[in-house]
Amino acid sequence: MKKIRVALAGQPNVGKSSIINSVTGARLHVGNFSGVTVEKKEVFIEKGDYEIEIIDLPGIYSLNAYTPEEHVAKKYLYEEDYDLIVNVVDANTLSRNLIFTMQLMDMQKKMILVVNMIDEIEKQGGEIDRHKLEELLGIPVVLTSAKEHRGVDEIIDQIIVTYESEKPKNKLYYDERIEEQVNRIVKVLHKSPHFKDPEYARFIAIRLLDRDEDIYKIIHDLPIFIELHEMLGKIYRELELEYDEESTSDVLSGDRYALSKALVMEAVRKPQKKVTLTDRLDKLLIHPVFGLPIFLFFMWLLFQLTFEVGSIPMDMIDAAFTEMSNLVKAVLPDGAIQSVLADGVIPAVGSIIMFLPNILILFMGINLLEQTGYMARTAFLLDGFMKKFGLQGKAFIPLVSGFGCTVPAYMAARTLKNPTDRIITMLILGFMSCSARLPVYVLLIGAFFPMAQAGNILFIIYISGAILGLIVAKILRTLLFKGEPEPFVMEMPPYRFPSMKALAMELWIKTRLFLKKAGTFIAGASMIIWFLSTYPHQPEIEARYLQKIEMTQDGEAKAQLQNEMISKVLERSYLGEIGKTLEPVFHPIGFDWRMSVAVVAGLAAKEVVVSTLATLYAVGDADEKSNTLLQRLRENVTFKAAIALIVIIMIYSPCIAAMSTFWVEVPQWVWRGFYLVYPNLLAWLMAFAVYRLLDFMGY
Amino acid sequence: MKPITKCRIGCEGTIARIRAREPIKGRLFSLGLAKGSHIKILDHTLAKQTWEVESDGTKIALREEEAASIFIESQECDT
Repeated sequence: MKKIRVALAGQPNVGKSSIINSVTGARLHVGNFSGVTVEKKEVFIEKGDYEIEIIDLPGIYSLNAYTPEEHVAKKYLYEEDYDLIVNVVDANTLSRNLIFTMQLMDMQKKMILVVNMIDEIEKQGGEIDRHKLEELLGIPVVLTSAKEHRGVDEIIDQIIVTYESEKPKNKLYYDERIEEQVNRIVKVLHKSPHFKDPEYARFIAIRLLDRDEDIYKIIHDLPIFIELHEMLGKIYRELELEYDEESTSDVLSGDRYALSKALVMEAVRKPQKKVTLTDRLDKLLIHPVFGLPIFLFFMWLLFQLTFEVGSIPMDMIDAAFTEMSNLVKAVLPDGAIQSVLADGVIPAVGSIIMFLPNILILFMGINLLEQTGYMARTAFLLDGFMKKFGLQGKAFIPLVSGFGCTVPAYMAARTLKNPTDRIITMLILGFMSCSARLPVYVLLIGAFFPMAQAGNILFIIYISGAILGLIVAKILRTLLFKGEPEPFVMEMPPYRFPSMKALAMELWIKTRLFLKKAGTFIAGASMIIWFLSTYPHQPEIEARYLQKIEMTQDGEAKAQLQNEMISKVLERSYLGEIGKTLEPVFHPIGFDWRMSVAVVAGLAAKEVVVSTLATLYAVGDADEKSNTLLQRLRENVTFKAAIALIVIIMIYSPCIAAMSTFWVEVPQWVWRGFYLVYPNLLAWLMAFAVYRLLDFMGY
Repeated sequence: MKPITKCRIGCEGTIARIRAREPIKGRLFSLGLAKGSHIKILDHTLAKQTWEVESDGTKIALREEEAASIFIESQECDT
């Protein structure tokens, strides 16, 4: 069986993914490109004697790469080993797509051009002459419509034919004056043993004229570099002068632009220009006045769906894991293994998987926004406001998602293609109070504020978190990312009906990755927390209390003793020790060791703060509505310390699930380190300020 | 010749010059905005901070700064 490796390349929004999804009999494999969090989709197809592997590269506008995803695609095209390139272009915007096609053709690899969305052109009365295009470009052309499943399987046949035949002679030549200089560079390149192959040398020469820094790096260490460098300087000046352009890259671009215009003129009969559905929708959806309210309505709808509908299966999942935990307790003998599973791993993994419905609904919504083309419009609408805080329009969606759950919000930040925008957005996401923090707020408000004010206080907490986030974004942008603001230039793709098959596929992939993470990382982390809170064992304390409990008749007193025992045991556990060690840190903001432990335990999950406080103040199983817990808190915690605790919960690191998501999404160690330190430092400082202020005011 | 930010919605013409620096210039180019191409102003937000233009069937959103670097040759569109 022969193996053929195909790199699938094309500009964004040309329908590469829908082509991949509609190939008959394909097996899909999803992973990441090594070292980066850019999704790598591979498809395997068996046909006759061939096994064809197609790698779906991220969308790339030009070999002069700009976004991280483009760099991934470019790196793959330059460095990896593959047999041929399939370049997908959009029939609607052929002339600008062909400019990138020419850059690919410069690579002198075997190549197939796939003109997709041909149905849209034909419906409007246009036509593309495939044979003319083949003749002019000198490479095979396939016309497809992934939506109507037209021509898709023909791509596979063409891949085999192209693989088996000789590479056709290059037909792409630039303006004479450019070609002259290309030949001059090629002559020098030939002096080095690396560039004996004339086609490869031509590619390098063109890329040098296109000012490709990655290629410059390749020649930088070669003996011919000095000679080449000197000559390039001269050539750059000559060409720039001759064409009256600022850079030879512009010269080449201009020539490619002219060539592609000519190609389209020859091979395409353009459809009559009509007012399209997109034009009409845009009139309303990005209307200067109505655009924003419409967008806010869609957002409201999405979050209603996410948290209302999502909460229905949540209870069922919770119940299922409780059952599982009970089952383990019944089946396994008492001991460490039973305890670590039933009290540590299963509840922890369960508490994470509980969020899966939320995440899936939110993702479905975001995916629909993206697939239909509306996402680009939201960025258009909000960019002006977000820019004031050093953020980008698209950042709004992850930020709002953060009020639900920080985990999907971090993942939603993937839609930000610019790395700086993305990192700033991710760094302030934690300040959008997630739904898990709600129980803690409710508990503390209930204990320290009159009922009538509860709603207002809660609103103040949420709003001040958001405002703090925007301020911090502004500060981060001015302090850490100095210089020019990042440019905002974005294609607004036409509105399209989403493909349900692609949507289902996406959701399935997300589910699988999420479950994998819950089963590995989160299970491991919860084992550590369990260990810290269970060891070392305190047999004497337990024995003493069990004896006392035995002797008491009164049921209430029994429960009281039981709780006291748990509290004493916890105090002596490693977790308790940690809390006591931390006490000096939290003392200036009025926390005792119990509150300190609760805050630290909150790093596992914010809901844990409530249950930990309950255990440590020895009231047993309690929730935020428990009156005894409220009573105990009022007796033991001062008002100012309670406010300080709210401030801490608002600002400090999110839960372990969110932190690990950040860890996975951000590969740079600098940001990982920064992310671990700065929210906690900021939280402490803010809490300290608030505590001292209240103290000064006499509370 | 004037920057497109001086134009009304609906006005169209030919791009006379692009004064942006790399990599923005390259980005604009790969989206089809180059010297000599046809451009139409489709929309801007209320505060004119973000603009939408169309060229050869592609719609592009730009910030004011980038939009101001695109100069248009056109007779019939004055603000």
